[in-house]
Amino acid sequence: MSAAAPHAAARAALREVARWKPAEYAFWAATAASWFLLPGQHLLLNEIAIFALFALSLDLVLGFGGIVSLGHAAYFGFGGYAAGMLAQAGYTDPLLGLAAAALASAALGFVTSFLVLRGSDLTRIMVTLSVSLVLFELANRLTWLTGGADGLQGITIGPLLGRFDFDLAGHVAYAYSLVVLFVLFLAARRIVHSPFGWTVRAVRGNALRAAAIGLAVDLRLVGIYTMAALYAGIAGALLAQSTQFVSLDMLAFHRSADLLLMLVIGGVGYLYGGMIGALVFKAMQNWVADITPEYWQFWIGLLLVLLVVIGRERIFAGSLVLARRAFGRRG
Amino acid sequence: MNAALEIVGLSRRFGGLVATNDVSLRLERGARHALIGPNGAGKTTLINLLSGVLAPSAGRILLDGTDITALRPDARVHRGLVRTFQINQLFADLTPLTTVGLAVSRRLGLDRQFWRRLGSKGEIVDECVAILERFDLLGVMNERVGALPYGRQRLLEIALAIACGPRVLLLDEPAAGVPEGEREGILAGVAALPVEVSVLLIEHDMDLVFRFAQRISVLVNGSVLMQGSPAEVAADARVREVYLGEEVHG
Ligand SMILES: Nc1ncnc2c1ncn2[C@@H]1O[C@H](COP(=O)(O)OP(=O)(O)OP(=O)(O)O)[C@@H](O)[C@H]1O
Ligand SMILES: [Mg+2]
Repeated sequence: MSAAAPHAAARAALREVARWKPAEYAFWAATAASWFLLPGQHLLLNEIAIFALFALSLDLVLGFGGIVSLGHAAYFGFGGYAAGMLAQAGYTDPLLGLAAAALASAALGFVTSFLVLRGSDLTRIMVTLSVSLVLFELANRLTWLTGGADGLQGITIGPLLGRFDFDLAGHVAYAYSLVVLFVLFLAARRIVHSPFGWTVRAVRGNALRAAAIGLAVDLRLVGIYTMAALYAGIAGALLAQSTQFVSLDMLAFHRSADLLLMLVIGGVGYLYGGMIGALVFKAMQNWVADITPEYWQFWIGLLLVLLVVIGRERIFAGSLVLARRAFGRRG
Repeated sequence: MNAALEIVGLSRRFGGLVATNDVSLRLERGARHALIGPNGAGKTTLINLLSGVLAPSAGRILLDGTDITALRPDARVHRGLVRTFQINQLFADLTPLTTVGLAVSRRLGLDRQFWRRLGSKGEIVDECVAILERFDLLGVMNERVGALPYGRQRLLEIALAIACGPRVLLLDEPAAGVPEGEREGILAGVAALPVEVSVLLIEHDMDLVFRFAQRISVLVNGSVLMQGSPAEVAADARVREVYLGEEVHG
């Protein structure tokens, strides 16, 4: 009995870490309910869901892998262009487009991940930024391929599953984005609680010790970075498909910067931060823009200064602390 | 028979400083070998060379007869060469349980699994519990490592190395900074290791060294001053002068 007790306690503790918390059920129930309850907002909500997925991707890189990226739009845009070009070529099935974007961005992520293996946070910021700038310039120059500054023209996307046509109010698009977001979230959640996921945390926590317990540090970072690029590519494809348009803007620096802001607003390292941040960011953008469009930058800037100076926890009056606890930040 | 670990003519320079100077050393299977020497003698540098954190300027390292000089740190661990750190190197945000669970998963080759939950395999949990128990960490297994008292972190530092299943274990001052009364516990877990595991212990506490070691090497200014049985080392005039003398004054 005495030998079995610690074993049972340890098992339970490991199970508890990965257990679904009540707040998580509530989060997803509310998310699903939004489709039914807010039909008039589906265009905006669709955009939020897409950015939530994009921010989830950055959370994998930053919150779990510890890699500060200021060029994550590279993978988002790459996926968008991949999906757009496929549709342009006549392969209009949306899921096919998603798969193509996922593969393309994952491949790009895999190759470029070797650039971010070494160096300090600052070097990584510069390297990730450079990758996205190079990609932006390429897309700008290769007009015959990308349409340059005009963007990809003439994209038509076929019906989802061969049955549901994308409508102007975004009903199908939002449902589509939500399902994709949820499925990819489930996968991410599984992965971060797997031995692989823990090794990624270990590498972020202390790469020296991670190697000293036999972990191939580089492979972990390559793995998580590639996975995140795949997620970003899918997010890009969702945006390309639901707007039926791909432009240089998808690769632009401000995308990466906004994304980092979203993640900073929501908090890193517990998977929900990016999603909550995307919601707050977009809702604020929308709301402020209604009142005073010119001053949007000012207000988001002010929010960030307050976040840094006063602290996220105190601003949201502890609600985010609670959220994090409820969602199990300790992961 | 091959030595468990053999170092041949190992050197390492930092600019003009020769931190490791033509060091040769044999660690027999099951050895309880101590490496002593004054501060700055190059003991930690030697461990860094052995574990692959640093590359040597010259010399070779043989593990069980195989040259591992060019292997990456993680590949050395896979072959059973495991170290601890003089200054704790832990995962502050993890718990002792997940820390050890991670190392055990690695050793059983399950660390690339990305679809199963950590701890879903009973044998991993069994091992974790056994190791945590041996180092008296069961009571704090779910605390955040970064919040543990220093002595507990020190225990985890060693427990984590043991969880890697070492065949050769390099301990860099395991009792450093630990109060007198807690030192026994630190080495108790090491004493419980199977006899075939070879241990190289760096330690300043002479009581611990003489109780633990069957053989002692003395390192001074990067070079091996002498090696021998504890009695020989204790009787050596040069050692008394260079090393013990310094300890009395410093
Ligand atoms: N990365 C490095 N760069 C430059 N010099 C170094 C480096 N690492 C160690 N040294 C120098 O090499 C010498 C040996 O240092 P080392 O840490 O190996 O000594 P030690 O025997 O472990 O000492 P202690 O008992 O204090 O731990 C010292 O003079 C140290 O300053
Ligand atoms: Mg040292």
